[in-house]
Amino acid sequence: MRIRTAGVVSALAVALFAAGCGSEEPAAPTNTDPKNLTAELTWWDTSDPQNEGPAFKELIAKFNQTYPNVKINYQSVPFGEAQNKFKTAAAANSGAPDILRAEVAWVPEFASLGYLYSLDGSDLLADESDFVATPMSSNKFNGKTYGVPQVTDSLALLYNKKVFTDAGITAAPKTWAEVKTAAQTIKTKTGVDGLFINSGGYFLLPFIYGEGGDLVDAGAKKIVVNSDKNVAGIKVAQDLVNSGAAVKPPANDSYGTMMTLFKEGKVAMIINGPWEVNNVRNAPTFGGIENLGIAAVPSGSAKAGAPVGGHNYVIWSGVPQEKTAAAIAFVKFMSSAESQAFLADKLGVLPTRTSAYAIDSVKNNAVISAFKPVVEAAVARPWIPEGGQFFGPLDTMATEVLVQGGDAKTSLDTVAQKYKAEVVPSYSS
Amino acid sequence: MSTATKAETLSPGEPGRPDRVPTAPRGLLRRTWDKHWYAWAMVLPVVIVLGVLIFYPLARGIFISFTNLTEANQLGEICTRSITGAEECQPNPNAWSVIGLDNYARILSGEVGEFWLWFTNTIIWTVGCVVFHYGLGLGLAMLLNRPLRGRGVYRVLLILPWAVPTFVSAFAWRFMFNQEFGLFNGLLTAVGLDPVAWFDNRWTSLSTAIIANIWLGVPFMMVTLLGGMQTISSELYEAATIDGASAWQRFTNVTLPGLRNVSMTVILLGTIWTFNMFPVIYLVTGGQPAGQTEILVTGAYRAAFQGIRNYALASTYGVLILSILLVFALFYRRALRKQGEVW
Repeated sequence: MRIRTAGVVSALAVALFAAGCGSEEPAAPTNTDPKNLTAELTWWDTSDPQNEGPAFKELIAKFNQTYPNVKINYQSVPFGEAQNKFKTAAAANSGAPDILRAEVAWVPEFASLGYLYSLDGSDLLADESDFVATPMSSNKFNGKTYGVPQVTDSLALLYNKKVFTDAGITAAPKTWAEVKTAAQTIKTKTGVDGLFINSGGYFLLPFIYGEGGDLVDAGAKKIVVNSDKNVAGIKVAQDLVNSGAAVKPPANDSYGTMMTLFKEGKVAMIINGPWEVNNVRNAPTFGGIENLGIAAVPSGSAKAGAPVGGHNYVIWSGVPQEKTAAAIAFVKFMSSAESQAFLADKLGVLPTRTSAYAIDSVKNNAVISAFKPVVEAAVARPWIPEGGQFFGPLDTMATEVLVQGGDAKTSLDTVAQKYKAEVVPSYSS
Repeated sequence: MSTATKAETLSPGEPGRPDRVPTAPRGLLRRTWDKHWYAWAMVLPVVIVLGVLIFYPLARGIFISFTNLTEANQLGEICTRSITGAEECQPNPNAWSVIGLDNYARILSGEVGEFWLWFTNTIIWTVGCVVFHYGLGLGLAMLLNRPLRGRGVYRVLLILPWAVPTFVSAFAWRFMFNQEFGLFNGLLTAVGLDPVAWFDNRWTSLSTAIIANIWLGVPFMMVTLLGGMQTISSELYEAATIDGASAWQRFTNVTLPGLRNVSMTVILLGTIWTFNMFPVIYLVTGGQPAGQTEILVTGAYRAAFQGIRNYALASTYGVLILSILLVFALFYRRALRKQGEVW
């Protein structure tokens, strides 16, 4: 049982108070009247415009009930483009949004380039301890904090409950060895493929963490991606494919293939995150959310661990000083426990505040409670500016090993060389 | 006019000058300027536009390729602004500097990226595409260059691939080659063959991109060659027929020589375009499997734009690609000269 600090309880009380209040109530603690705050802010949202966008627009409408004179220009920017677009605009010092929804790995990169306001000393970090520690850590760079977490996520084992029942499996497998047995049972008893491992570097991290490995040791400035632990972990994944327990992924569009097969009930288990829950829920061929089983990612010989993901709110450093008060107010509202509970309810995404998990609608949400232990066990990635560049070589490795049947050690050695030559030249290998 | 009078008024003002020899070239320049100033004025906008759009970026790109400029080290100092109003600037610990030919050495030695793999792929890709573009384009142009019922309809249909946005066709082709759900594997299984994992092997994967690009590029070749064919005088064909030339002889001795000028230009253009054809490789194969079907431009893009942008490496790739194409164009021109073409 989690021990709640007084701060958390009071934050919860504030959140519940805000939730219960009518829209006309001004926020009491601030010395200025919210109605006097006048500004026009641009927000780049990188969430899915069809699935998630409408919920964010509703939240903005709620924000405007309290702050009628702060106009939010909501702009939906495709996730794949936002990083480059923001950097181009910020470097040119024009056209960048005031507020951005930034993926966790982008924050240290943007911060190292001076594109973000550090938020230390502002109202936003007043109750910093309420945020779950691992997602919060992605906002820190060189001792300063550059954002607040919006949503968090991690990888979990998603499975088709009906197929499990048909095969006579009662509990979700807890280790990779159990996954292998379960997948083979499913294949022989039902004819459905047991497991699909996406051939992407990110999706192999649970195998690496499972043996106690990591990509780099940022503290010691050392490249450890070709360690014996990692080789062992990758070999576990390779064995799952070679033994037929897992489907051999295609080299191109492996992720899309995985999701289509899972939604059509043609594969029983996948490793994926909460962002696909809505997609699976709405798939007519899957059998609804009741059929979706969620379990922690299976463990290797050392532990069970999956990478932390998610998104943060950050404020562009080019925002004029007179607009920052409005920007803080907006981010504070959007990241409040009440707003997070609203989004969790609407979209099934995971809150980043401890106090949000205590709100009833979140507590009673089956999907979120299933993911909660997953998030708590999530492993922080090395939060360095080069973090985004780790996955190019790792993706190549994943294809070589899982699709082409290459040797794990050789491929990981190549990854280490690439890291040394192209990503973190100052690290020792 | 005014300058001339000015010069006259100035010269008597310097009576102490021993001779007028040094002023002679100046006078000549002046006279040419007086005579041709309008020509310079006419050329000036073009010179400025070319300078701003082509020569300055080119010179800057070449210069950057000799530095280690990246997004992270481009600023002399990095400023961290605090939301509370304070601003803290510190000098960039590793600001960029000129490093000479290091980038070239690192790329060509394979320390960074996979230059030689990408280079080989680019050559195979370019030759494969251009040969089929030209061959099929020529064949279709021949078919359409004769009286034919519904010729207009055929022409429109054959131009269609050109009218579709490239990314749409690229995605369509990628999906048709999809291993699980694609059309081609569906057809293969329907006739009892094993499905092919198109993108799992370097050569099948490269073929999918080449096939997609052939489909995209044939219309341009067809239209230009058809245009070229229509300029060949029909009297030449009549004369050849009277001389008893067979259809094949008419093709090799009248059509092909008549198309020479057009062909040479479109092959050069086609080569350069295909060499730098980014979207098809990027969207159809995505470099899969494991980066083995990357060509120079897509590889350079990944090197430059993944994570912290590396302007220096990107420029180095740009200069290398430009040099390769320049060498090609030079040899091509020389080969044409030998055949007596003036181009």
